[in-house]
Amino acid sequence: MHEYSIVQAMFDQIEAQARERHAIAVKRVYVRIGRSAGVDVPLLKTAYDTFRVRTICDTAPLDVEEVPEKWTCPAGHGDIPAGRPLTCPDCGRPARMASGDEIVLERLELEVP
Amino acid sequence: MCDSCGCGDSDIVPVAVHERILANNERAARHNREHFHDHHVSVINLMGSPGAGKTAVLEATARTLGPSKKLGVLVGDLATDNDARRVRAAGIAAEAITTGSACHLDADMVHKGLHRLAWRDLDILFIENVGNLVCPAVYDLGQDVNVVALSVTEGEDKPLKYPTIFRKADLVLLTKIDLLPVLSDISVARIQENLSLVMPKPLMIPVSATTGRGIDRWVQWLSDIRPLPHAHHHGHSHAHGHEHAHTHTHG
Repeated sequence: MHEYSIVQAMFDQIEAQARERHAIAVKRVYVRIGRSAGVDVPLLKTAYDTFRVRTICDTAPLDVEEVPEKWTCPAGHGDIPAGRPLTCPDCGRPARMASGDEIVLERLELEVP
Repeated sequence: MCDSCGCGDSDIVPVAVHERILANNERAARHNREHFHDHHVSVINLMGSPGAGKTAVLEATARTLGPSKKLGVLVGDLATDNDARRVRAAGIAAEAITTGSACHLDADMVHKGLHRLAWRDLDILFIENVGNLVCPAVYDLGQDVNVVALSVTEGEDKPLKYPTIFRKADLVLLTKIDLLPVLSDISVARIQENLSLVMPKPLMIPVSATTGRGIDRWVQWLSDIRPLPHAHHHGHSHAHGHEHAHTHTHG
């Protein structure tokens, strides 16, 4: 249930952004979550809905973009297909994760005076 | 203020943030890592399910390595300091980090735990994480390496069910291998195969804390940990000399 502590960290970032721009309210929150980041998206949304009540995010929906997991050869031999061992079939090098590990606050829509 | 007609209504403005949500934890982890490197302490983040044998591995490690290296442990647990007391009884300096309801350790909790442990003189500091295969994977603590303890009784498909924690592991310790003779349906080779689907460097060392089998190889791996320099470090390091090691099936 670390989704709650992730949401807590996200609120700290959102509040810092809102303060800096003297925002009255946050109207929308966009995050990017990798499919292999170890974050359960439905739980994240539940945690967000629990936290946002009576905060600056009270009326701000949370948009989650889920980023697919992608592995690639570090020497440029292309992507490793899903479900295969994580080594390059051409050169045997351990694959590098190209995406799927993101836990990122991407952007906000702020209401400013 | 609305610019077009001056009506006094507020505006909605988009703000690009592009910030990692756990950036604060990562900063705290970097801070820990700098401390550890400055004092030449190798730090192992030991993770695994409740009951995987993390504490038993530490006790066996103390028996083998205790006489030649200074070892210390920070033990994360929801409640009780039972594990810390077990490890202390084995002769290692240990302090408990009681997390309350938190399911994982974070870099800040480790930092606070360090204040209670004489860690600067250690050769190796183990951070025994909360027993959990999900949450601990997400938090960098400032460690050099991640080790996941997986017991043979947990099933061959554990790596496929919890890919994130295994992906981040530098080493998987396959524990309780003394039980393999009574587990007719468990194949060590299949566990290794499943690891290769989720770990780019699927290194596994089979051990038994009870018989001591494999502990020498684990201890050698520990001694070979070479921390990377501070700069460009993203939570991974490499234990040299064992990249191409292969495990053997037993029984």
